Amino acid sequence: MEITTQEFKHCDLIKVKGRVDSSTAPQFSKTLEKANEHGRFKIAIDMAELEYMSSAGFRALLATQRNCKRYNRGEVVLVRVPERIREALELAGFTELFKTFDDPVEAVGSF
Amino acid sequence: MPSYTFPARFEFLDEIRETVAQVARAGGFSEKAIYSIQLAADEASSNIIEHAYEGESDSPLDLTCEMQGDDIVIILRDWGKSFNPAGVKDPNLSADLSTRQVGGLGMYLMRKLMDTVRYESNARTGNLLIMTKRRE
Repeated sequence: MEITTQEFKHCDLIKVKGRVDSSTAPQFSKTLEKANEHGRFKIAIDMAELEYMSSAGFRALLATQRNCKRYNRGEVVLVRVPERIREALELAGFTELFKTFDDPVEAVGSF
Repeated sequence: MPSYTFPARFEFLDEIRETVAQVARAGGFSEKAIYSIQLAADEASSNIIEHAYEGESDSPLDLTCEMQGDDIVIILRDWGKSFNPAGVKDPNLSADLSTRQVGGLGMYLMRKLMDTVRYESNARTGNLLIMTKRRE
């Protein structure tokens, strides 16, 4: 798994590549927590190059969405979610908890 | 039946997913089904490490995987704490963000992704989780 963060004026664009499972999810969580610690609560997660995500990754997304939406200070949105991962998120009932975008520019512009 | 033993550590999840994917691919499953099988094996193994062994250790996690006719059969065995799968309630998927529970999500996904999920536990065989999925 590889994560890169790009800071825009109104939001952070966090790109996650590779595989998020119980082994790598702690690092994924940490990146998201760090953004929150820096007062960044508007977060777009670009999944274009994400190959795999287990429920360990879903848990990190849920915890971050909760923290970001608190006091209406922000939100996590998902960008370019690969089909297999979208299907798994759907099965877990997560799709209604996150807005999704097909285009990172559109996602960044939505904040 | 081909069998592998992994230390109960999350870093081996990659190999566990790769092992079941190879059997599924050779068995003629679609890419979508292969992803489902990998996810189910991952969730099952992660649960064993987290709950049966209560964290990562060098305790053994045995994986057996093969095609039996049109079905892929995956058996995971551990020697940790046993549990009652009937006691794992499905998560409430319509709960809103603030009340959404994530416990039990792995078990729920396994049941959804595979055709059958069976659990057996006794002192002689250890804890066995047996999952099957039929090729479409």
